[in-house]
Amino acid sequence: MEAEEGLRLGRSVTELRETFRSGRTRGVAWRKSQLRAILKLIDDHEDAIFEALHQDLGKHPVEVYRDEIGVVKKSATNSLSCVEKWMAPKKQDKYGGGEVGGEFTHSTQVMTLALDPLMGAISAGNTVVVKPSELAPACSSFLANTLPLYLDSKAVKVIEGGADISQQLLQQKWDKIFFTGSARVGRIVMSEAAKHLTPVTLELGGKCPIILDTLSDPSDIKVAAKRIAGGKWGPCSGQACIAIDYLLVEQKFASTMIEFLKKTISRFYGENPKNLKNLSRIVNKHQFERLRNILEDPSIAVSIIHGGSLDEKNLTIEPTILLNPPLDADIMTEEIFGPLLPIITLTNIQESIEFINSRPKPLAIYAFTKNDSFKKKILAETSSGSVAFNDTMIQFVCDTLPFGGVGQSGFGRYHGKYSFDTFSHEKAVLHRSFFLDLEPRYPPWNDFKMQFIRFAYMFDYLRIVLLLLGYKLKKIFSPGHLA
Amino acid sequence: MASEDKKPKAACFDGEAARSLVKELRGTFDAGKTKSYEWRVLQLKSLLKLTKDHEDDIIDALRSDLSKPVLEAFVSEIAMLKSSCEFTLKQLKRWMVPEKVKTSITTFPSSAEIVSEPLGIVLVISAWNYPFLLSLDPVIGAIAAGNAVVLKPSEIAPATSSLLAKLLGEYMDSSAVKVIEGAVPETSALLAQKWDKIFYTGNGKVGSIVLAAAAKHLTPVSLELGGKCPVIVDSNINLIITARRIIAGKWGMNNGQACISADHIITTKDFAPKLIDALKVELVKFYGNDPLASEDLSRIVSSNHFARVTKLLDDDKVSGKIVHGGQKDQSNLKIAPTILLDVPEDSLIMNEEIFGPLLPIVTVDNLEDSFNIINSGEKPLAAYLFTNNKKLKESFVRNVSAGGLLINDVALHITNPYLPFGGVGESGIGSYHGRFSFDTFTHKKAVLYRSFTGDASARYPPYTPGKLRLLDALLSGNILGVIRALLSW
Repeated sequence: MEAEEGLRLGRSVTELRETFRSGRTRGVAWRKSQLRAILKLIDDHEDAIFEALHQDLGKHPVEVYRDEIGVVKKSATNSLSCVEKWMAPKKQDKYGGGEVGGEFTHSTQVMTLALDPLMGAISAGNTVVVKPSELAPACSSFLANTLPLYLDSKAVKVIEGGADISQQLLQQKWDKIFFTGSARVGRIVMSEAAKHLTPVTLELGGKCPIILDTLSDPSDIKVAAKRIAGGKWGPCSGQACIAIDYLLVEQKFASTMIEFLKKTISRFYGENPKNLKNLSRIVNKHQFERLRNILEDPSIAVSIIHGGSLDEKNLTIEPTILLNPPLDADIMTEEIFGPLLPIITLTNIQESIEFINSRPKPLAIYAFTKNDSFKKKILAETSSGSVAFNDTMIQFVCDTLPFGGVGQSGFGRYHGKYSFDTFSHEKAVLHRSFFLDLEPRYPPWNDFKMQFIRFAYMFDYLRIVLLLLGYKLKKIFSPGHLA
Repeated sequence: MASEDKKPKAACFDGEAARSLVKELRGTFDAGKTKSYEWRVLQLKSLLKLTKDHEDDIIDALRSDLSKPVLEAFVSEIAMLKSSCEFTLKQLKRWMVPEKVKTSITTFPSSAEIVSEPLGIVLVISAWNYPFLLSLDPVIGAIAAGNAVVLKPSEIAPATSSLLAKLLGEYMDSSAVKVIEGAVPETSALLAQKWDKIFYTGNGKVGSIVLAAAAKHLTPVSLELGGKCPVIVDSNINLIITARRIIAGKWGMNNGQACISADHIITTKDFAPKLIDALKVELVKFYGNDPLASEDLSRIVSSNHFARVTKLLDDDKVSGKIVHGGQKDQSNLKIAPTILLDVPEDSLIMNEEIFGPLLPIVTVDNLEDSFNIINSGEKPLAAYLFTNNKKLKESFVRNVSAGGLLINDVALHITNPYLPFGGVGESGIGSYHGRFSFDTFTHKKAVLYRSFTGDASARYPPYTPGKLRLLDALLSGNILGVIRALLSW
């Protein structure tokens, strides 16, 4: 059975390679037609996408639009209008066109994370296999059923399945693997890729901190609270790689902020924890249990200052705030990936830099501050995939910025032109003519040639001319070597 | 003195030593020492000074390791390194400036920039064929980008390796730039550590080991590998210049022991004899009638490699195919420039990288067929074409995938610092030279600045149909739509 599956996958890959060899995917017309097809697919099936995401994650349509459909449409439109420009060779150097890209997603922004890299791969003229996350089955099957109807099925394939299928896909030889998911699986992907020397892009996560400087203006605090709540519970109930993980704030400002956050939560998501609106559910039972275990640990439970109620039937967890949970507990060592917000208080907000630097590099750092020198310090002294000042998540939709991690949060980047580059090989091309062939390039070597080359490398044209005219120049080279 | 106390340490460089090395470098990096522009410039200047001060020592080491002709040593190692260093010094300030990028209405009002930030501590593992250049050129990039760096030179070029250890110890900031000498055990100890980047130059087999070791720590890797770089020769060309350029790009490059040197020639059946005649004439002009005695040819690096190259020649399938050369001198590890005609596709020589002074010529009926031959094999690091046919050039650029392409010359493309140098597919991952070296060792940090104003409530729950319309307009950058959605709120 497994061998059969392997054969089938092998055939798919062979077919894709043949398609690529035929050159069909390289023309700008093909690339544009595929991008248009993605746009059409989304327009035609907006409701089905809302439905699939509702089924998998209980995502609210506005959230779906903001984080998935809208982002994909924007990205597709941008790619459509730019792809020709991206493809044009930079003077003397750039040509698009890779080959077969495999792509694996394993996350909760299912549509965006599957389709966004797909568009990059298509823009760059590749053939592609998409392996959507099996943890969002409705979205996975939507993609598997719908993509072939719209896209060139000889060049773009969706393969559904779990870990075993991923494993078999990884056995194949790809020209690029683009993976979104956890560091643990990222390591497996990279080790498999090593066998075929396949370049890999890993989009992982990490604990994205938010540094909250003490704000004095109530209207600023209100905006900050909204943006923090939006960046924590908005993106799929915290189940997003760039969602806020924890918050760093000065002791003296903490209680003010907590009050504002509580108010914002009740305005956004309602007062009744049994009937939360606008909040995605936890993706599956397994993840729900993981989060429950975190919350029910007695040392953690005492630090809960807001929320904390769980609804097992609907797999929802109330937006929860924890104050100073133990730093060595799972909640502060593992990526939370759920609607829990630990707040860690510091005596001075400047300590946040050291706090962040003593942990693995996050995918994003958010900082709310009006202090320009503090901004500079954060930029210079911390390392993360991206930094956003005075807002959260929003760097994700900025096409002119590369999106990707560093260190434990991954490597490689995409979005906009960077997606195109990620799936392209920049081929160096140098044209020469037969005119001007200089004798000193060739052996047999002698002193004259040595001097000529020396001067040429120093751009000392005058001495070259003198040398050619037969002037004896002071030797700057020890003669022993050329005896 | 410094080298004296380094020696015994290098001899027992194990996991423990590697751990403490990494810890020390991490301390230097975390202290922020390597990040300043001034530090980087100082180190690059020291590197330049080191090269200038010790030109003779470098040439001697290369002669001892490879019998590399002086002029070749100067041109392809010393001068290349100096240009690279000078170019970097000239450009570095500009490279370090954050790149401002546009923001759209989606995030209005905001500003955005991309900040170049050093990755941290990096490991450079280099090769034996250009043991000086291939060790220090990546180090230039690593330093320019503000990293702390460990260099592991190849043990197959021992004289250069120990010279590098000595000189870098004397000239460079030893708290941030280190040389570890050694072979497999030392390399394994290094690879077991957590690096922020590994830059490896060498072969695919080891490349795969490096990549697998890096996977454990999620470390990004650049692999500079090789491959069989083909030279396609059309018949409408200047024969003498072509022959000379091929010779310079084959035997004039470390006697064929270079990752971008010509591996084999593809030409038409009719033209092959003419090309061979021209090559023979020019070879005699360059290296005389007894090339084994020529001072202008490198030797084969080691007896292992001598045996490997000899095996390619002794393959039954190529017997009788030698049309020029073939002489060997085992005691001096010398092999003469050798040309073979019409070797079978399944012969050993056509299935592995030659990396030596043998040049097989493959003939085709139609020159366009050569593209299929190249594309059916592994992707080479470079592909060369000699022609005056414009259409053929275009088709070559469009259809042949290789790290780099060069038309009407061999190997010269690597001297252009504005071109990325690196492979694709089996010839490697990542690129360097000039700005690309800086980027290879840099993390491009995306930074978005927002103020507290301009907050669109559509982003936040409670979600309504009106918000959906507004987001649609915002995300598609449709200003009219935004206004409409806002008005009909």
